[in-house]
Amino acid sequence: MSGDPIYTEMIIEYSRNPSNFGKIDNAHIHQHDANPLCGDTIDLYLNIDDNKISEVKFDGHGCAICMACCSVLTEMIKGKTLDDVKKFDKDELLSELGLEHLVKTSPVRIKCALLSLKSLKFGIYSYFVDKMKDSESAGNLNEEAANLY
Amino acid sequence: MQSTADAFEDLRKDFPVLNRRVRDDKKLVYFDNAATTQKPNQVIDAISDYYQNHNSNIHRAVHALAEESTEAFENTRDIVAKFLNVEDSREIIFVRGTTEGINLVAYAWGRDNVKEGDIIVTTEYEHHSNIVPWQLLTQEKKAQLKYIDIDDNGELMLDQLDDYLSTGKVKLVTFSHMSNVLGTISPVEEIVSKCKNAGVKVLIDAAQSVPHMKVNLNEIGCDFFVFSGHKMLGPTGVGVLWAKKEVLEKMSPFLGGGDMIREVHKYETTWNDLPYKFEAGTPNIADVIGFAKAIEYLEKIGMDNIRNHELELTKYALEEMKKIPGLTLYGTKEPEKRGGVISFNFNSVHPHDVGTIIDKDGVAIRSGHHCAQVLMEKLNVAATNRASFYIYNTKEEIDVLITALQNVAKVFKL
Repeated sequence: MSGDPIYTEMIIEYSRNPSNFGKIDNAHIHQHDANPLCGDTIDLYLNIDDNKISEVKFDGHGCAICMACCSVLTEMIKGKTLDDVKKFDKDELLSELGLEHLVKTSPVRIKCALLSLKSLKFGIYSYFVDKMKDSESAGNLNEEAANLY
Repeated sequence: MQSTADAFEDLRKDFPVLNRRVRDDKKLVYFDNAATTQKPNQVIDAISDYYQNHNSNIHRAVHALAEESTEAFENTRDIVAKFLNVEDSREIIFVRGTTEGINLVAYAWGRDNVKEGDIIVTTEYEHHSNIVPWQLLTQEKKAQLKYIDIDDNGELMLDQLDDYLSTGKVKLVTFSHMSNVLGTISPVEEIVSKCKNAGVKVLIDAAQSVPHMKVNLNEIGCDFFVFSGHKMLGPTGVGVLWAKKEVLEKMSPFLGGGDMIREVHKYETTWNDLPYKFEAGTPNIADVIGFAKAIEYLEKIGMDNIRNHELELTKYALEEMKKIPGLTLYGTKEPEKRGGVISFNFNSVHPHDVGTIIDKDGVAIRSGHHCAQVLMEKLNVAATNRASFYIYNTKEEIDVLITALQNVAKVFKL
């Protein structure tokens, strides 16, 4: 663990001042998820306009890793097309925060990091299937989300 | 054995894992004993000896190994009975753990005795294993599940129990002897006497009490009593359900299969005698035999000595932790009313972050909801940190925890 820091300046800063923290009323996508191990919960809100993510917010309770990952994820996807977001993968998110090592070093804490991405994938999947009635576009997002960790 | 700190420190040599170094070559400080305790060589060796020299199925074959195994297995039942001051060892049912024991009662007793409109009473500081089985039962039976709330001190508000009992609808009151989060020791005598006066059955979840204090089932007067071996130096996968013989005899079986039958015909079966009626299938023979050694080990130290040792550690830890700015302690402030379990939060730092940072210093605590989300809701937190002590812990280890916590403040720039 000594060689692979978790509590970097950036993570601590995000945990104190998360980005895009809050709620969107009547959001096009609202995804709630929880980490059964620690009781952490997050709610992810997305508005979609013109096939792009026009607005994104999250709220909930989580550890520093969870809060930092939610912050960075929401920053990274804002303005992206749904196709981009479908392709977004965990390495992109983890490397942004220097947390790639968690995949190998901490099977427990990786769940804190990826709760955000799991919610995003499930949320977009439900949007295609429920709201757009387009299961083809939803692709295998559901499966992907379920197999993230 | 004397109940001095030295005598307790001397026990550490029996626990090989306590010599381990973790993370950056840090000495292991194991404070997650409420989750599971470490095992002494006496237990580990007994399990290994069983597989090396005696391994056999029990209760049927007549060969030498089978007889030796059966004897060692049944001998454990007698040891458990004696440990709890139970006269008839047929009242000792081996299960996988506390969870299975409670589910057994909810299924085998609950389904025959709980009807629509009946009430099951539990408490706000229960482990999920003493909530979910009762939710399943009350939902199935259209019965009601009610909670005894806790006050700001983390103690049960017993006047609510009076209110529930006065409805005449309560069938069972089920509660933790000691809270796995707050460490609060429940007023067992008072609860049992109220319930007995009302003719209501009582189940005690003793997972956190039996390992740490003397328990005399002859005096408690409850109807069901459940605990786990792995929280008291024993192996995982062994637990005990005790109930009065008259109650067990009237109960329907739990799992059907081998060993629990007297005669099986194509369309009907008669049940075996107690305790076998509730022990279907090949049991966890090796671990039950190992469990006997755990009880012998604890009895040699003396349960009252263990309680005193933990009380000393708890008092010391509470004093030291109170000195840390920004640290919130949960549960009663009176050490005598609690066991060696301390839940806390540290400023706004999430318990998972606290756990990860102090793990770097070799300190193992538990962070999370401790399978007590109903209590977390009451405390209005998502999670807490929990340090829990056992016989081999020392004051020096508590000092390591305190230093490690100060380190958390540095990392989070508090």
